Amino acid sequence: MYETTYHRASSVDEAATMFTKGSESKYLAGGHTLIPVMKQRLASPSDIIDLGRIKELIGIEASGDAVTVKAATTHCDVATSKTVQTAIPALAYLASLIGDPAVRHRGTIGGSLANNDPAADYPAAVLAMGATIKTNKRSIAADDFFEGLFATALEEGEIITAVSFPVPAKAGYAKFPHPASRFALVGVFVAKTKSGEVRVAVTGASQSGVLRVTAVESALQADWSAAALDDVAISDDGLFNDLHGSSDYRAHLIKVMAQRALAG
Amino acid sequence: MGVEGIGASVKRKEDRRFITGKGRYVDDIKLVGLIHAHFTRSPHAHAKVKGIDSSEAMKMPGVVAVLTGQQIVDDKVGNLICGWAITSKDGSPMKMGAWPAMAPETVRFVGQAVAVVIAETKNQAKDAAEAVVVDYEELEAVPDIRAAIKRGAPQLHPEAPGNVVYDWHIGDEAAVKGAFAKAANVVEMDLTNNRLAPNPMEPRSAIADYDTAEEHYTLYTTSQNPHVARLVLSAFYNIAPEHKLRVIAPDVGGGFGSKIYIYPEEMVALWASKKVGRPVKWTSDRTEAFLTDHHGRDHISKAEMAFDKDNKILGLRVKTHANFGAYMSLFSSAVPTYLYATLLSGQYMIPAIYAEVMGVYTNTTPVDAYRGAGRPEASYLLERMMETAARQLKVDPTELRRKNFITTFPYQTPVIMAYDIGDFGASLDAAMKAIDYAGFAGRKAKAKSEGKLRGIGVSCYIEACGIAPSKAVGSLGAGVGLWESAEVRVNPVGTIEILTGSHSHGQGHETTFAQLISERLGVPISQVQIIHGDTDKVQFGMGTYGSRSLAVGGTAIIKAMEKVEAKAKKIAAHALEASEGDIVIENGEFKVAGTDKSIALPMVALAAYTAHNLPDGMEPGLKETAFYDPTNFTFPAGTYICELEVDAGTGKTSFVNFVAADDFGRLINPMIVEGQVHGGLAQGIGQALLEHAVYDTNGQPVTASFMDYAMPRADDLPSFQLSHTTTLCPGNPLGVKGCGEAGAIGASAAVINAITDAIDNNKLEMPATPNRVWHAIHGKAR
Repeated sequence: MYETTYHRASSVDEAATMFTKGSESKYLAGGHTLIPVMKQRLASPSDIIDLGRIKELIGIEASGDAVTVKAATTHCDVATSKTVQTAIPALAYLASLIGDPAVRHRGTIGGSLANNDPAADYPAAVLAMGATIKTNKRSIAADDFFEGLFATALEEGEIITAVSFPVPAKAGYAKFPHPASRFALVGVFVAKTKSGEVRVAVTGASQSGVLRVTAVESALQADWSAAALDDVAISDDGLFNDLHGSSDYRAHLIKVMAQRALAG
Repeated sequence: MGVEGIGASVKRKEDRRFITGKGRYVDDIKLVGLIHAHFTRSPHAHAKVKGIDSSEAMKMPGVVAVLTGQQIVDDKVGNLICGWAITSKDGSPMKMGAWPAMAPETVRFVGQAVAVVIAETKNQAKDAAEAVVVDYEELEAVPDIRAAIKRGAPQLHPEAPGNVVYDWHIGDEAAVKGAFAKAANVVEMDLTNNRLAPNPMEPRSAIADYDTAEEHYTLYTTSQNPHVARLVLSAFYNIAPEHKLRVIAPDVGGGFGSKIYIYPEEMVALWASKKVGRPVKWTSDRTEAFLTDHHGRDHISKAEMAFDKDNKILGLRVKTHANFGAYMSLFSSAVPTYLYATLLSGQYMIPAIYAEVMGVYTNTTPVDAYRGAGRPEASYLLERMMETAARQLKVDPTELRRKNFITTFPYQTPVIMAYDIGDFGASLDAAMKAIDYAGFAGRKAKAKSEGKLRGIGVSCYIEACGIAPSKAVGSLGAGVGLWESAEVRVNPVGTIEILTGSHSHGQGHETTFAQLISERLGVPISQVQIIHGDTDKVQFGMGTYGSRSLAVGGTAIIKAMEKVEAKAKKIAAHALEASEGDIVIENGEFKVAGTDKSIALPMVALAAYTAHNLPDGMEPGLKETAFYDPTNFTFPAGTYICELEVDAGTGKTSFVNFVAADDFGRLINPMIVEGQVHGGLAQGIGQALLEHAVYDTNGQPVTASFMDYAMPRADDLPSFQLSHTTTLCPGNPLGVKGCGEAGAIGASAAVINAITDAIDNNKLEMPATPNRVWHAIHGKAR
């Protein structure tokens, strides 16, 4: 690891101010991506601003038709939250599948979304449920947030403060883990909003990062059942093609995982 | 047996320090004035080193020295050696390229060291290593066996034309030709044995400490065989004569073969320590481990088996290409020859066998012995062949095996090995019973009705362990003898120290060896200390590999014990005024048989050291040394059967059951044996389902981290059902055979046989990842 200066922020405003002072600042949430990358000397931020202990960034709230998860809430807290388990059990289930216990006790939803790893689990839930990403500057709709591999709509220094999930009428997640990393080789989140709109998002499969699968969405819009997908053809255009999953295998897994997400 | 003697599953003495974080590993050791080394390594698989500019690096904070490959050559440090000479079929010796510890002119794999930075802190050394500017001229690379032996392929070493190290053979080609000429049926297969990265939990580490006043070196290193390291470092690498070099391998966190070898980093640390006049430490990180710890396996083979009309095997023909990587590692040459092809008879009567093995250089990390070393490759090949033959001949795979089992011993195979004893039918029966083999058809049908693909796979393995009779291996080209030594010291107060050349790095020797003493002398194991891993303490030893520690090292302890007992009996007889022949040892007492007269071991020991009243002419003291050279290999064998289901939608494999019936001869500590089998099975299943060290076409490693290299995790593995059938090894007094490698040798074929049974497609290579299995289900082999 290269030398860096660590700062612990006690409020979002303080963190944002600290960020502007460093020549190449980085926010630190759970650190389960940033720290390993720094240890491998692949990242060399001048300053690290730790968001993990900012009280206003931790917690889960349910209000009316939405569940709001604050940005520094850990995967473990989401997975075990009675509020989440009751309102959106698929989201609690998804959080329970992330990484291993060490990752789940440190990693946060805000960190995962800001990083936007193409194989991370949370982006699938956020996109499929049409969640809103709240920052210290604005609110961003899920459809506008994800901009490809490790790229988001966040501006320099902008901090995610919370994610607001509209409670869906139906939702499910199925993940086929990568045999080595246990990230999603393919993960599919299916959701039907209370107004009846079907949204399906896949993570792990595409070279463009998390994306919606319109072929699956239209089939399920007509008939919310696994059988409805039997004859759906998924194109392998633009899908990853690597040691652990060829693009045709991943295309096939999108359908299979969508069917299993419906069952789950 | 005593409470803590042979056959007792006593808890491991060493685990208290391991599980409380108090183990003492090389990287834990701190010396006064210690400084740190970090290597500048090649990012290219094949390149000329045109120049190295270390001027910027030398100006960086804390930097003490930057040393290069040319300097190590100029200082006449020897090239790395391969210790087993193999002769090609045309009579020519194997063709080896030079391997300096750091590359002065040419790099041949990604990760090869070209320079080393020595600095006050590890981080300073890392910073400066990045500032070392190396001018490379990239050359075309060949990471793959098939590409490397093609005409016109880039050449790695001028000494090895065509990138061929040797083209060796064994067996009787004409007899095999005759067998195939009269065959009723012939079974053919192409097989790949996937390359593995060993990944012991503790990465390699070395501290070299040169004492200017004494002109003496001490090397702390992660070694499975510190005496062999000292021998090679002094005899071949010109570091220091043996009496001026002490090698210490303290607690070592796993080896699996990868810590047998003497690596460039230890040599450089020793050389640099003298150059800079301070102790130098180097500890590998996980990336360096992937790049530089020597890999295992990596064979491609074509196999053909001839059967008569009654399904008896007539002959076996095998052609194997083995990938050695960029350089010939210490034992590499023996692995695909004398540790592989000599086991191609398996558990079967095969009248004629002919095997050809071509060893090939490629631009990859060197390949050497990895848990099983040649024997897993032989067992995988044979056991996939037997299963394939059974399917082709439409007979039950267990019946085909049973029909061809060797049943009388000793049995001379056509490929050197002479099996001393075994009962292959017994282990097959035990495994079939444990898994309810007879009920499988019903279970498969039921699974099918539920939309699941269920399969069963058998593997009957045999291995040659207890490595090895020195005369025999010497005649086959080994550069060393493979005996073991032990010293048994009874201290004046009756406690006992065993000094052994067997090194323990997870095997539990501190417990198992103490149990041997407890059995003989009736003392509790807490009174016995096992001392190993230090060339200044232990007389000599050949180390731990090839499941040899108990059969060879344990026997050396027994031989030394016999000498101690003989002397102790003389002392006891003298003290008790009895005849030496009447003395018996019971529960720590030396008794006059048939009387109530006795003297306890501590009193015998005290008498030996006070020497006030010893028999006339007897030397004081009570300690003895023995060197034991085995007369034959040992032959552990057994049957593994795996039952599993494949998810047709995803290609994912789920275990239903995995049973192991092993014959290891006598078990000293059954609990430790169970642990060894679990670990071996995990590695065998890891090879079958998950692990694969892969290079792209330019020789860049694709799997150099745990994000891409799939190590088995607990939830990838089933709960194993183990059992033992026992034939005592006649070759050693304990009747033991060794158990460390069996699981890794036998498991992979059982798994692949089960998957190919489940999906009804035999075209499947390891690792059978979900991606590959799904393609195999859909007829698209990958």
